[in-house]
Amino acid sequence: MRKFIALGLVYAIVQILIMTNLISGYFQATLVTIGINIILAVSLNLITGFTGQFSLGHAGFMSVGAYVCAIVTMRMPTIPGFILGVVLGAVAAAILGFLVGLPTLRLRGDYLAIATLGMSEIIRIIFLNLEITNGAAGLIGIPQFINWTWLFIFTVGIVLLLSNFVKSAHGRACISIREDEIAAESMGVDTIRYKVIAFIIGAACAGIAGAIYASYFYYLEPNLFGFLKSVDVLVIVVLGGLGSLSGSMLAAILLALISTYLQSFPEIRMVLYSLILIVIMIFRPQGLMGSREISLSVFSKLGNNKLWDRFKSQKGGH
Amino acid sequence: MDKLLQQIVNGITLGSIYALIALGYTMVYGIIRLINFAHCDIYMIGAYVGYFCMTFLKLGLVPSLLIAMLVCTILGVLIERIAYRPLRNAARISVLITAIGVSLFLEYGTMFFVKANVRTYPEVTGILAQRFKVGNIVISMQQIILVGITILLMALLQFIVKRTRLGKAMRAVSMDRDAAQLMGIDVNSTVSFTFALGSALAGAAGILVGIYYNTINPLMGVVPGLKAFIAAVFGGIGIIPGAMIGGYFIGAVEVMVSGYGGSMFRDAVVFGILILILIIKPSGLLGKNTREKV
Repeated sequence: MRKFIALGLVYAIVQILIMTNLISGYFQATLVTIGINIILAVSLNLITGFTGQFSLGHAGFMSVGAYVCAIVTMRMPTIPGFILGVVLGAVAAAILGFLVGLPTLRLRGDYLAIATLGMSEIIRIIFLNLEITNGAAGLIGIPQFINWTWLFIFTVGIVLLLSNFVKSAHGRACISIREDEIAAESMGVDTIRYKVIAFIIGAACAGIAGAIYASYFYYLEPNLFGFLKSVDVLVIVVLGGLGSLSGSMLAAILLALISTYLQSFPEIRMVLYSLILIVIMIFRPQGLMGSREISLSVFSKLGNNKLWDRFKSQKGGH
Repeated sequence: MDKLLQQIVNGITLGSIYALIALGYTMVYGIIRLINFAHCDIYMIGAYVGYFCMTFLKLGLVPSLLIAMLVCTILGVLIERIAYRPLRNAARISVLITAIGVSLFLEYGTMFFVKANVRTYPEVTGILAQRFKVGNIVISMQQIILVGITILLMALLQFIVKRTRLGKAMRAVSMDRDAAQLMGIDVNSTVSFTFALGSALAGAAGILVGIYYNTINPLMGVVPGLKAFIAAVFGGIGIIPGAMIGGYFIGAVEVMVSGYGGSMFRDAVVFGILILILIIKPSGLLGKNTREKV
């Protein structure tokens, strides 16, 4: 219950800030980027962090969702058209995830990473050459439907869905595959099936993230979804901690803020970004959160904490 | 028929480049099981070092080549020391992210210093600019030199790996790191040596590409790097002759596809080959199947 109150509060506060123009348009774009990155990161975390399947093709799934949604909403620029676009985008990405996952998930570790990387590059090249996606020039003027409300619904919905999935019996089966595939199989877990399920769910969520992207930034080109995009998502997941949904969310917010801050130094932005990445990996290879989760009870504990009380009383004393 | 032969000549030239880069990928993967994403940027640095030697220091091909190889060797060893060695026992995915970080750092660091614009190698003159006609096929002196240097370097590598003590140590570490250490092999210096060899080859590939294609830029390594890695996977990753075969095969395929009108899909075909080989024979052309023990 407390969870929903907290979520409602977050939604209401930001909504009020937007309505009173206290949040600038630029910061709103950052908010959308954070939402998209959270969706991408938690869905990749399901594949890589929880199921242990190393994928470098998330940008491919995202681009499919983005293009399908864009093409649908450009033909039907209405709210039902937008919802249809998001759903079709997710379904298309899921189907692709199934088609790609079934043969390639037999591969292990780095080989799977390279195969998924190849897959997403092939998708990008196909989009570069298709008529309906307008090739390298890209699609311009996609109707904008995403606002804070939609973004919040999708982001929170997907995070809740995935966190419930991970806690369910299916999710536990996925985690057992990560821990030891052979042991899981000998305990009767249908490993191929669960790997494909995780892949499909992850792909569908990435498709939704793509749809949100298309519908907010009203411009798409295939090169937005190159190898670097997949790397970006993977970096968020590993930085937050493999197997920690809250870690992914934290890292998505942190990286978006760092990247917004670095925007003012365009020449050294990527240099600093890569240095931060290397330093974090050397000193904290398990990521910020490891595989732990933050829950809201942490905050209430913090409230009851003696240190916190002392801090408060000290403040009062001055 | 002439066209086919001409494409084969071009394919061998391009394949030599891929083979040189692929060797570095395959040796590093063989020894520490890491896809060294920074490898393709060492190749780019090699091209830039060659450019500065030839344009500003007015050096000839051979001294420039040696300087580029030396700089890349030092760079490769430093990268391994600073970025990869602290993570020797960490999860493989963190090392991979570090490698991606190093790769981005080299790309954008270079971009910061030399700016993003394309640079042009000095025009080749004298004997280098000659072209030969065999029937209707044109072979340039650059192509001959490129392929010749590649084959020379590969022979040298084969000699080092097969005939020297260090090469023996490399093979032992790639077979079983712990057992090699127990036999008294210094694993760290062997890994450094592997990086040095791979990076020197990448540096050579960089300067040769500069001479052959003339233009270089800070992001020139990304796509050839991926293709060279595919070449390494195709031949069987960790296997040195496999990388050479894979490099020439990928080079030939790419040239054929673009030569016969599919240049838009050139990269897609290469990635398609990768996925096919991974599905049919994941251990690569020369790889042996290993069964996982419980």
